[in-house]
Amino acid sequence: MSVNTTTTDGSQAATGSAGSVKAVSLPKPAAASSNAKIMRTAGIVLLIMGLAAPFMAGNFLIFQLTMMLIYGIAILGLNILTGINGQFSLGHGAFYAVGAYTAAIMMDQFGVGYLWTLPVAGIICFIVGFLFGLPALRLEGVYLALATFALAVVTPQLFKLSPFEHWTSGVMGIVISKPEAPFGLPLNPDQWLYFLTLAIGLLAYVCARNLVASRTGRALMAIRDNPIAAGSMGVNTALFKSLAFGVSALYTGVAGALGAIVVQYISPDSFTFTLSVALVVGLVVGGVGWLPGALFGGAFIMFVPNIAEELSKGLSGAVYGAIMILMMYAIPTGLGGLLKAALTALSKRSKTR
Amino acid sequence: MQANTTSAPPQLAVHDVIVRFGGIVALDGIAFELHKGQILGLIGPNGAGKTTLFNCLSRLYTPASGDILYDGTSVLSKRPHEMPAVGIGRSFQNVALFQRMTVRDNIRVGAHAASRSDFFSDALHLPWVRRQEAEVDATVSELIDYLDLGDVADLPVDGLPFGTRKRVEIARALAAKPGVLLLDEPAGGLNHDEVGELGRLIRSIRDDRGVTVLLVEHHMGLVMSISDKVVVLSFGRKIAEGTPAEVQQNPDVIAAYLGGPAE
Repeated sequence: MSVNTTTTDGSQAATGSAGSVKAVSLPKPAAASSNAKIMRTAGIVLLIMGLAAPFMAGNFLIFQLTMMLIYGIAILGLNILTGINGQFSLGHGAFYAVGAYTAAIMMDQFGVGYLWTLPVAGIICFIVGFLFGLPALRLEGVYLALATFALAVVTPQLFKLSPFEHWTSGVMGIVISKPEAPFGLPLNPDQWLYFLTLAIGLLAYVCARNLVASRTGRALMAIRDNPIAAGSMGVNTALFKSLAFGVSALYTGVAGALGAIVVQYISPDSFTFTLSVALVVGLVVGGVGWLPGALFGGAFIMFVPNIAEELSKGLSGAVYGAIMILMMYAIPTGLGGLLKAALTALSKRSKTR
Repeated sequence: MQANTTSAPPQLAVHDVIVRFGGIVALDGIAFELHKGQILGLIGPNGAGKTTLFNCLSRLYTPASGDILYDGTSVLSKRPHEMPAVGIGRSFQNVALFQRMTVRDNIRVGAHAASRSDFFSDALHLPWVRRQEAEVDATVSELIDYLDLGDVADLPVDGLPFGTRKRVEIARALAAKPGVLLLDEPAGGLNHDEVGELGRLIRSIRDDRGVTVLLVEHHMGLVMSISDKVVVLSFGRKIAEGTPAEVQQNPDVIAAYLGGPAE
């Protein structure tokens, strides 16, 4: 008896199959390659602008651009977790803080060179993230958001505790001296840190891209889309989710270490819950699941609060909020979604001509 | 194993499997064997326990007692994600694909268990990973041709017609190169012609690719036309087992489906 009802459904699906499949698939190869060309050109233009910027901007703007890149790296890490693996985090400020403190303590207490602090901060944050990811396996959606929120609230408090004060200097914070450009490069310290951050950012981006296009990345996306089916295909969902947390924390931790070096000062109050929220804002504005969006997200959280402050000193928070609401209203899927829609429209128009 | 028996040992053996949900006995001592190269149809009215048995075979459920052997080895200590490596692949009743991924990537995920990698090598795109990707891509391309998915290969699965998505799911399961393929109601939602095509496909999977098939299905026409052996469940018990012709004559089966005199 169920056969009869399913037959009618099936025939509709079948006629749909014959018609729609061809309609969608015909323009595909040409559109895909032209889109890739547009993206590649845009990437090269951005890179040239990025390489030229520090020779044309003042030191403060160079510092701001460096921070933009640092936030971009942190958001890239958050994107691997949220956009690719589908796990939500309101606590990435905590990993950023752990990375920053790792770098600061290594330089301040043990006199380690600043470059060495970056991989160590990454490894420590990977371990912390992985270990946090294990209990987080039991949580999903809003519950995971709450647990990570707790992490973001607790972590700065930990750095104030007296047992750790010998290393962290408690609420006083740690002052770091600015590194000079090595090998006698004709760069001032701001320019050098900018180029260092740009290089690390590029490496981070290339690795993230490779990861997403690999067996590992497909497993992460499969878990995001359908965890039970992913498991049935042989994906160890618990392991991959924990590893995604670890890798995500690694990115954010390296960003935190760079941030500490660039800002030259850290204290527990540098890493309030606001930072975690800012990273989520950057992720959403850039486009969840679209890796280049991290750069635009970083730019948003770096520059838009300043713009808001210029518009109105007293109401800068309200103006920032209003800008965010407008952004979400205008482009709910972030810049990534906007770009995708624009490219689709473009290829459709070129097809009809 | 081969020892002194005349016939080969079963590829998949279910021994007295019992599953209880609270006070309800969902499966009550089910036992049957599946030999290499067979197509076994598992049928029964709604609520007979087909899906429960299916979930035991893919290790989503663990039986209260009894055993499930693959090539003579118990699989009950395995976790669900280890089953593809054991050699048991599956499809899902309501099509469980990765919606935001392309058809090609969905099938690539199917090859997950048949390949190796780690975060580090993948992030750096090391040469050995590249070589393996090329092998995976060859397997996937072959399956795309085999299931006639070439036109949609690089489109996201979301929005594809139901019949197409069913074929993607079968391709994905085959990418793991399973010894036994479990198909959960593959004909559900297909029209008459598509069911005929599906029957030919399942036969071809057995004949051309050497995959043993266990088919859970409501569509009698399909089950009776392609199965070598049919097992009938009703209210958690096996009420009949045999060739399609034998099962169709069985009075218990007729009673279970059409309702018989109360006992």
